Amino acid sequence: MVSVVSRPKARVFAPVVVSAGALALLLTGCGAGGGGNSAQGSKEFSYLTNVENTTIRGELETLSKEQCKAENDAAPLKVETVPQTGLDQKLQLLAGQNALPVQFAAGNAPALTQDLEKSGNILDFEKAFADMGMTDAVLPGAVSTIKALYGGKLNVLPYQYNVEGVWYNKKLFADNNITAPKTWDEFAEASEKLKAAGVTPLSASGEQGWPLTRLLSGYLFSDLGPDAMKKVADGEAKLTDPEYVKAAEAIADLGAKGYFGQGVGSIDYDTAANQFMSGKAGMFYMGSWILSNFNDKEANKIGEENIGFLPFPKVSGGEGIDNQYAANVGLPMTFNAKKYDDKASAWLKCIATNYGSSALKNANSISGFKQNAPVENVPPLVKSTQETVNNTTESVLWFEALFSTKATTTSQTNAAGLVSGSITPQKFMELVQNDLNAK
Amino acid sequence: MNNVLGDKKAVAILLGPALLVYTLAMLIPVFWSLGYTFLSGNAITGFTFAGLSNFAKLFSDPAVGEALWFTIRYAIIITAGQVFLGYLLSLLYVFALRRGSSLIRTLVFFPVVLPTVAVALLFQKMFEIAPQNGLVNSALNAFGMGSIDWFGDGTRAFWVIIIMDLWRSMGFYAVLLYTGLVDIPEDILESARLDGAQGLRLIRHIVLPLSMPVLLSSVIFSINGTLKVFDSIVALTNGGPGSATTPLTLHMFRTSFTYGDYGYGSSIALLLTILCLIVTLFIFRSSRRDLTKD
Repeated sequence: MVSVVSRPKARVFAPVVVSAGALALLLTGCGAGGGGNSAQGSKEFSYLTNVENTTIRGELETLSKEQCKAENDAAPLKVETVPQTGLDQKLQLLAGQNALPVQFAAGNAPALTQDLEKSGNILDFEKAFADMGMTDAVLPGAVSTIKALYGGKLNVLPYQYNVEGVWYNKKLFADNNITAPKTWDEFAEASEKLKAAGVTPLSASGEQGWPLTRLLSGYLFSDLGPDAMKKVADGEAKLTDPEYVKAAEAIADLGAKGYFGQGVGSIDYDTAANQFMSGKAGMFYMGSWILSNFNDKEANKIGEENIGFLPFPKVSGGEGIDNQYAANVGLPMTFNAKKYDDKASAWLKCIATNYGSSALKNANSISGFKQNAPVENVPPLVKSTQETVNNTTESVLWFEALFSTKATTTSQTNAAGLVSGSITPQKFMELVQNDLNAK
Repeated sequence: MNNVLGDKKAVAILLGPALLVYTLAMLIPVFWSLGYTFLSGNAITGFTFAGLSNFAKLFSDPAVGEALWFTIRYAIIITAGQVFLGYLLSLLYVFALRRGSSLIRTLVFFPVVLPTVAVALLFQKMFEIAPQNGLVNSALNAFGMGSIDWFGDGTRAFWVIIIMDLWRSMGFYAVLLYTGLVDIPEDILESARLDGAQGLRLIRHIVLPLSMPVLLSSVIFSINGTLKVFDSIVALTNGGPGSATTPLTLHMFRTSFTYGDYGYGSSIALLLTILCLIVTLFIFRSSRRDLTKD
């Protein structure tokens, strides 16, 4: 040991210098991973999406091998996935490091996407399409839904343009002499009959939370009118007002009667869908994106012909519209403005041109893109849903559409508690309203 | 050796690299985070000076109170459970199983090496109610009782977390305390036995006092680990139902990275740091002696 210190100075400090140098290299190496891509232009068409949605991912992979092969050769599609519940975190972290991919799923809350837009991370698609001479690439209905959500801007792409409503098992309904419910009271009656027949009346994922809060907002829109949530967002009304709490009570009541079955908080998205598609549940509130699952013959045991689609049941005496459907752009995707170069632009053009027809043909998925070629042999349920989409002139948003990220999380993580009775309707609305006040 | 350590250059060589890494990876981020407590905003929207408002919020935010209370309850129960069960196991190894204990030791230690997420998934399935009953509910049904939604209620979810974390960690503490017990000189035990001390009396008057130092180290070790619990809860309940099983760490993570409020998140982190500091000081003071000696 003593001999070490008696060596010449240069050699003594060599290990220190080397380790410091190695550390510096390590640090700069880390830095380059984040910012380097944008400087060099995108070598690949990186794409971050959620795990749950397989339709868009699958369809883009198909396009990358067919219509968009040239674009894929120039910048290969590279998909990365994250669970839906962790998406917002991932986006914020990546944005903070300037490391968002070229295309990514916009956040759960449109508020997050608007934050990202303010910091220059989101591409202005209106301008991008105008530059390509494709101003009619997105259907007008989809454009207006997107603009309603994102402060008047075309910030996301409508890979899926959906209406949401109640899917029901026609055979179970017929076997138990149930007519398709039009009002909330009939809806509750139908649930009671299904329960008596030993079937779970309503299949819903409490783990995701939003399938439950959709029922809440559906009730609110039907009872108080289509501007019910806008009033809350503008501060004209509060969720703790008696007429709002009444809606939460109605949903909690469904849970108290056991209509969601056991352990709704543990049921994830796939399980909820499978319960319905295996005939164990009579009704399923979901968006029309679920059609691709319904048309999967292996997953869908009850058969596409046995599935019917209803608007949200009308609350009697309510001020809502008739045939109320919630409309949305499914899992919206957006482009990173900071990585939008020629290769990304070529991809966008190819997607906007081909996705509409290709998704309808391959995945029976209805999108907000214009179809470049007519699609034949569309399954009847898809066709009728497409007609519903086309005929829906007025639609509503959903519970968390105008909420902050925090209020969205609070609402979705407590929804299962609302229907399982672990928190009261009043408390649920208070928790969400508190987060809205804090905004 | 004194010669070497008396030489400043030698000290610099020996400590330099470690200190550098520690400074870059620990100290700078810690002070950086401290700076964030006076700001609001995040990396996307930019930061604005917020003064002391984050601290004021800390005291009025019911979510922080709830998370703090959960963290404390969890830390106390887990620490007591870990050390108590670990001690019982180590006594079992030393006095009952003796030489033949290695198989049992390995089996009990096994969960420690399993990835937390795997253990959490295992427990999720065991306590599952939907889409089908897990092992626990099936057992309840077999005894004629109804199924229980273990993760649908805050209190029940809390106890599932406790059971899982105790199962996962008691083997580690058993081995730690086992090494302490093995160190007790055989002649002391022998003379105590000759004086007529057997069974519980031997443990109460001879073994327990002699293993006190290692017990105290275990408690410090355990409580600081449990106050910082994150992975096992995220994997098992993700803080739910609602926010009933959300510890401070998870609340801090969500506030910073989901709700995009780095400043307030850092304030919560500071609260946790202070909590850890108080607990450590408290234990050190109450022990009043150097644990490395004795």
